[in-house]
Amino acid sequence: MKGKGKFLTLFALLVYFFLIIPLIIITGAAFGTDEFLKFPPRGFSLKWLANIFKVEMFVRTFKISLEIAVLGTVLALLVGIPAAYGLSRYDFVGKNFLQGFFLSPVLVPGIVFGFSLLNFLVIKYEMPVYTSLLVGHTVIIMPYIIRVISSSLENFDYSIEEAAISLGASKLKTFFVIVLPNIASGVIAAFILAFINSFNNVPVSIFLTGPGISTLPIQMMSYVEYYFDPTIAALSVVLMAMTIILMFIIEKTLGLSYFTK
Amino acid sequence: MKKNVYVYLLLLPGLIILLLFLAVPLFSTVFRTFQGDEGLTLTKYIAFFKDSYDRGVYIRTLKLALLTTLIAVILGFPTSYYISRVSRRVRGLYIIFAVFPLLTSPVVRSFSWMVILGKNGIINSTLLKLNLIEEPLRLLYNEFSIVIGLVYLFLPLMIMSLVGVMENIDEDLIEAAESLGATRREVFARVIFPLSIPGLIVGSVLVFTGSITAYTTPQLLGGSNTTVLATLIYQNAMSLFDWDSASVVATIMILTTVFVTFLINKLSSRLNA
Repeated sequence: MKGKGKFLTLFALLVYFFLIIPLIIITGAAFGTDEFLKFPPRGFSLKWLANIFKVEMFVRTFKISLEIAVLGTVLALLVGIPAAYGLSRYDFVGKNFLQGFFLSPVLVPGIVFGFSLLNFLVIKYEMPVYTSLLVGHTVIIMPYIIRVISSSLENFDYSIEEAAISLGASKLKTFFVIVLPNIASGVIAAFILAFINSFNNVPVSIFLTGPGISTLPIQMMSYVEYYFDPTIAALSVVLMAMTIILMFIIEKTLGLSYFTK
Repeated sequence: MKKNVYVYLLLLPGLIILLLFLAVPLFSTVFRTFQGDEGLTLTKYIAFFKDSYDRGVYIRTLKLALLTTLIAVILGFPTSYYISRVSRRVRGLYIIFAVFPLLTSPVVRSFSWMVILGKNGIINSTLLKLNLIEEPLRLLYNEFSIVIGLVYLFLPLMIMSLVGVMENIDEDLIEAAESLGATRREVFARVIFPLSIPGLIVGSVLVFTGSITAYTTPQLLGGSNTTVLATLIYQNAMSLFDWDSASVVATIMILTTVFVTFLINKLSSRLNA
């Protein structure tokens, strides 16, 4: 192949070195025996990995993060799938505007959104922090749901749906028996993407913490302000392992080339 | 496509959620900043830009975002071009290694640089061991570490935007230019670069707006004298309980991202004309 010199190859490899090496370093540091973070680590131990489970606040906030991510994603799917279906199946007045509106949460800076929720829901209307956190996450993941489901509906042949209806199936039944199974892999991919984005979110969650309520990333941030032991590195390794599994599912359902679109 | 009134019913639940929990709270944040004792006023904005500390934060945020975007373009452009020209199989591998950091928690990604740049970090301990320095360098909690962290955070996004456009550049076009006698530089300037502009625009908008609004990285890698807009909103709201000035900064952040996106798009349509 022309136009691909040695210099370019080296350049690309160096850039990828920059992208990957910090994550390798953090992994190495998680398995050392030293009391503070070091790389290369001395010795090998799993004590920091075990230590994660001894820090009560990590266990508790991990549960909250998981709950919020799952509940938020399910909620966003429940309202997002009908919306995505409506947007791709029908033509109507204001369609472009509404499509833009459903994707708009991705354009709003998370920190501004989080602050507004605190300001408006928690302070002004005294909505419980946990509920506010849940709706906040539901809103920020909505665009991922709409986009992924819409793109899998684009590949769906609506003549199958029309055939089912002309054979006497009701609209609702047709949707559940014909349409939904055909976009199942899109729904799974949307779930995973939404889940990751909720689970990793910082700027919205940071404003919506209260007594006993905080998410794992927020807890990790406040932990590193005071402690510098390898527990956080070990926790990072656990999160990266989770990311690898979720990435594998995305590759199997949506394909990772989705990210270059 | 069919016409159907019932479609609004399908959209309704989602619309209600977005209206109640996105549009209204945002509007209330923005609106209060223009509220004065007698009607609408811009005094809070005038006060923000008159204050040398606040103005400094604003300029710093723009400067760091601009620097981050420039570095991301310089690193991302050649890399993406390389990725778009390798075989499909290898390209898949490169995409995996760009998506992985993208999906990894920003806390983890910023934290990894604390391990590298810290006082006892890899760089300092190596330099000390080699007797190149007497005492640890201050690599962390300054603008330098914020920019490194932001580039690290957003480079994958730039690469993905560019690869998406560059992989559609027809190899035949490049070969045709070469066979007609164009030098490598000419091929780059006249064929590859112009055709990559759409990806460059999308990538730059994403990286620039992302950097202006980033909270986690400046919070973890920055120090007390490297406050940016996002950390200023948090401080004003949560440390000073000054809701008004937090709302002003929030509104300025929104307006800036909208303006920058508009500006870059305008610029690109002029370049394409």
